[in-house]
Amino acid sequence: MGLKSNLHNLKEKYKGKKMAPAFNALHTFLYLPNETTHNGTHIKAADDLKRTMNTVIMALVPCLIFGMFNAGYQHYVALGEIERSSGFLGSTFWTLDNLIVGLWQVLPLVIVSYGVGLAVEFLFAVIKGHEVEEGYLVTGMLVPLIVPVDIPLWMLAVAVVFGVVIGKEVFGGTGMNILNPALTIRAFLFFAYPTWMSGDKVWVHGAVARDQAIAAGENLDAISGETILGSYAQNNSVVYDYWDMFWGLIPGSVGETSKFLIIIGALFLIFTKIGSWRIIVSTLIGALVMGLIFNGVVDAGWIGESSKFYGLMNVPFWQHLIIGSILFGAVYMATDPVTASQTNKGKWIYGFLIGFISIMIRVFNPAYPEGVFLAILLMNVFAPTIDHYVVQGNVKRRMKRLKVKTA
Amino acid sequence: MGLLSKKDAKLITDPLADNNPITIQVLGICSALAITAELEASIVMSISVLFVMGVGNVVISLMRNIIPSKIRIIAQLIVVATLVIIVDLVLKAFAYELSKTLSVFVGLIITNCIIMGRFEAFALGNGPWRSFLDGIGNALGYAVILIIVGFFRELLGSGTLLGIPVLGDPIEKTGLYSIGYENNGFMLLSPMALIVVGIIIWVQRTRNKALVED
Repeated sequence: MGLKSNLHNLKEKYKGKKMAPAFNALHTFLYLPNETTHNGTHIKAADDLKRTMNTVIMALVPCLIFGMFNAGYQHYVALGEIERSSGFLGSTFWTLDNLIVGLWQVLPLVIVSYGVGLAVEFLFAVIKGHEVEEGYLVTGMLVPLIVPVDIPLWMLAVAVVFGVVIGKEVFGGTGMNILNPALTIRAFLFFAYPTWMSGDKVWVHGAVARDQAIAAGENLDAISGETILGSYAQNNSVVYDYWDMFWGLIPGSVGETSKFLIIIGALFLIFTKIGSWRIIVSTLIGALVMGLIFNGVVDAGWIGESSKFYGLMNVPFWQHLIIGSILFGAVYMATDPVTASQTNKGKWIYGFLIGFISIMIRVFNPAYPEGVFLAILLMNVFAPTIDHYVVQGNVKRRMKRLKVKTA
Repeated sequence: MGLLSKKDAKLITDPLADNNPITIQVLGICSALAITAELEASIVMSISVLFVMGVGNVVISLMRNIIPSKIRIIAQLIVVATLVIIVDLVLKAFAYELSKTLSVFVGLIITNCIIMGRFEAFALGNGPWRSFLDGIGNALGYAVILIIVGFFRELLGSGTLLGIPVLGDPIEKTGLYSIGYENNGFMLLSPMALIVVGIIIWVQRTRNKALVED
């Protein structure tokens, strides 16, 4: 008796009972079920929702693994124990020591995210008596990638419960949610526990603990883990070069630092037709346009060097794409098929505004140097409106054509 | 027979739960969001509204036969404005700090939709005693929600209740804070009040399916 048949028997045993959805979900997640529909005509497709979700997870795994190495790397660099690497294959980056620190710090985030989130999903499925939805598989993977590495686990757990219940279940579950659950979780953390979500300490493992040791009277050097955005927002100089930013050897949320791997993930998603290339491209265009406008403002001399916006406005427009997490947001968050616009034209508008607003928040609000998540949540809310007007516009155009013909 | 007949008692008990002005009629939301970050402010606000509604309903009910219907809204506004100014001055005289916390929201009781709603819907068509009960009942229904929301927001947002620390000291790291607990800053922001009210509505409608509209 294998696991599969065991699960199948359990399913049969509990059929029609309260716990049935839980066993059903486990069974179909791990195996292709034997049941087939027998009557009626059906469209046969090789991929169902679970496979779609798994594809996104596959695209995220490189980011996760890189994030683990990076967590250790940033930790040891900040402690002064290893030299900075240059380039993606730097000798001090892909070491076992780095990976061990990363595993120790990042795996608990993944476990808490999935454990708590799926527990809530199973609970709701059992109460409501419907099947467990697959939506959380991707959310659970995204969440550890968009939080700082040192975030306390209980905070993450609270945020996941909030995000899944308020962001998704109250609307009726996967497919009905207005807001992206992963971003709801991040927004909750950001507003509830801002000291753990921003500033120059939380991005490098050990910096907070070091600060506490100094406060307790130990004679140590403080660790600065300032992100690049943070440095620009403070008008500080930036110590990383563009290639560091591109390869991802910089402090930041766990999985968003390596632009290289995000681009590979994006190509994978576009190639498998899971992610919408229209949204990704239009988001980047929107960001570039806003960046260009700000560069123009600086070039025209409308804003002085003493202004607090100068640092970020002066960033060359293309550089906005490799600092911060706009690329990660564009590829993995904005493309969420449930919360994005559905029409092709709508997708262009939706993406463009995300990019546009992200950079606007980034520049004008030094308190939230990373505005990508806010921009995406805002456009999530507007997506149905955009679709409505696109559809209505289409209807009107065709009505006009009809009138011309009949006249 | 007690003090109240069954019909009169319903005037008080109905708005507390199944016909609650905030969670069922969704009126008076603005002040429920704005001033519930502290329990004390919620309680004072509730008492103020209780006074204004109880007295206002009686006054309007007494005047109901002499107010021309074309200018009834103005008449109602004058009554409620007079009462609110009394409340405001009393607060300024005896609880100055608190009146600063409540700031414009005491003045905005004038536009509190629950009050105008009850004047229009009840006091204009009923006698003073029943109007008084109706006013008290609705104000209590409003108060219940305000106090529940204020309780959770202050407890989770600041770790205090009525200004008294109940979870320990966040700076000295005593009590819950010694094991890493932190206050939830989101609770102090207005959106969270909306979410808390939403959760109350959710719980209420799950318990009583008759309240669910299609």
